[in-house]
Amino acid sequence: MHNLTIAEISKKLQDKEFSSTEITQYFLDRINNLDKTLNSFITINDEAALAQAAAADQKLAAGETGALLGVPIAHKDIFCTNGIRTSCGSKMLDNFVPPYDATVVENFANAGAVSLGKTNMDEFAMGSSNETSYYGPVKNPWDTNCVPGGSSGGSAACIAARLAPGATATDTGGSIRQPASLCGITGLKPTYGRVSRWGMIAFASSLDQGGTMTRTAEDSAIMLNAMASFDAKDSTCIDEPVPDYTATLANSIAGKTIGVPKEYFGEGLSSGTQQAVEAAIKQYESMGAKVKSISLPHTHLAVPAYYVIAPAECSANLSRFDGVRYGHRCADPKDLEDMYKRSRGEGFGNEVKRRILVGTYALSAGYYDAYYRKAMRVRRLIKQDFIDAFKEVDVIMGPTSPSPAFEFGAKSSDPVAMYLEDIYTIATNLAGLPGMSIPCGLADNKPVGLQLIGNVFSEAALLNFAHQYQLETNFHTLAPAMVNGEAN
Amino acid sequence: MNPSDIEKLSNLARLHVDQATLEETAKSITDVINLVDQLQAADTDGVAPMAHPLDAVQRLRADEITEGNQREKFQAIAPATEDGLYLVPKVID
Repeated sequence: MHNLTIAEISKKLQDKEFSSTEITQYFLDRINNLDKTLNSFITINDEAALAQAAAADQKLAAGETGALLGVPIAHKDIFCTNGIRTSCGSKMLDNFVPPYDATVVENFANAGAVSLGKTNMDEFAMGSSNETSYYGPVKNPWDTNCVPGGSSGGSAACIAARLAPGATATDTGGSIRQPASLCGITGLKPTYGRVSRWGMIAFASSLDQGGTMTRTAEDSAIMLNAMASFDAKDSTCIDEPVPDYTATLANSIAGKTIGVPKEYFGEGLSSGTQQAVEAAIKQYESMGAKVKSISLPHTHLAVPAYYVIAPAECSANLSRFDGVRYGHRCADPKDLEDMYKRSRGEGFGNEVKRRILVGTYALSAGYYDAYYRKAMRVRRLIKQDFIDAFKEVDVIMGPTSPSPAFEFGAKSSDPVAMYLEDIYTIATNLAGLPGMSIPCGLADNKPVGLQLIGNVFSEAALLNFAHQYQLETNFHTLAPAMVNGEAN
Repeated sequence: MNPSDIEKLSNLARLHVDQATLEETAKSITDVINLVDQLQAADTDGVAPMAHPLDAVQRLRADEITEGNQREKFQAIAPATEDGLYLVPKVID
């Protein structure tokens, strides 16, 4: 049953081949058995999930329908869940039980989806390897010596290992697409503002975006239909109608133009990744798409601009964690300043501290113009590169990540090496564009991801491109050995 | 960046950094600053800073109360409360 997609589970629920309680119990058992190895969940919702499943079964029995009704999914532990611990991967929020649901969580509950639990993640979504979680690293199901990618590594690993058919995730600089690539699954980061950020713990507010992780583009479309909404509670949410993302999956892509940026195939790209990505683009050509070489000349400035803007916003957002209102508080503070400094010093891990300090530096008197304002100007140059490119092409394609999954510890002592893991994904966040990663092959027996970047609000087009590729290829059906070793 | 710069920054950020890790923190932050210094080579004359990726402006709403009183629900998760108030440790004499 674990190899079923969301679309297949939905159909079998409607056809009464099994109940939501049965499929939910099946995945809960699978998580309880296999996640001891992977550590992809921080909290498992056994009781609440079965109650939601029973409610879905009643609706199904009454003849209600819905693409997610009774379907179990997982939520990244960055989304607030009413009555369920929401830690954001941090000691700071280890004791935090929100009294409300994030809008995204509410949207899935309204669609009748069942929440299996909360997935592990880099602390406050800061990381590209999932080694910074307070709850320990997540292992990549393809090779447990390797990282799953970050920060949504728990969501990616649990889907690759078939512990859940779909999961929510977030992407600030590549945190949906990079782990999707390293774990061989389908990840979608929508346009900035397409999905509500209300109740999603903020890291960098002008970059953070919730999205989906699934095995197929079709499932991603089903999830985005429920997830995307205009939300008056989020002042950065954009008021655009939500189309039916499944309605255009079958459209032909013949005659569409794919832009391939030369800057995405330079130094640092592994040969296995390059070969798989080039083969995927050739596959698109054979399906009738046209390929055009393009240039995104400011690509090399995306990582430097990001590592000013994201830490600056993080230092402001994380100032709310002061030991006063909620979260970790140090013992026996001697005065107010001591309480702030020790609570924050004890509650945050090293990567979070590093980014707060970099952000504080970039925003401090004397450096604001040289770093923060400069980065915001470069951000516009990067956005303009994409605006120019999309005058000529329908979609941009390239690698998601420079290499397949790397081993634990390989980059954790060198922050700059780790930051360069997101070299192909960050520009999309700076420009607010939607992006996807889909499996396109293996290198060294580990998955390689093809990145698809679209113009603003072109999620339907991206999903259409991805679905058409998945109709012609089987990379999205490949599973790690630990899955194949299990009985269906 | 040297350890005394990090101490200054950690004061500004109200963030305790262990004395034992000051050197290491200074080195890693220097590496990050060197990375972001690549920005200085970019010609940004006449380019307007971009704060929101879609150049959207803040949406405003009517200044009306839209949420009911949920004090009991919020206080249920607080470590200590009394008579509807939050109890916090004494930190000011």
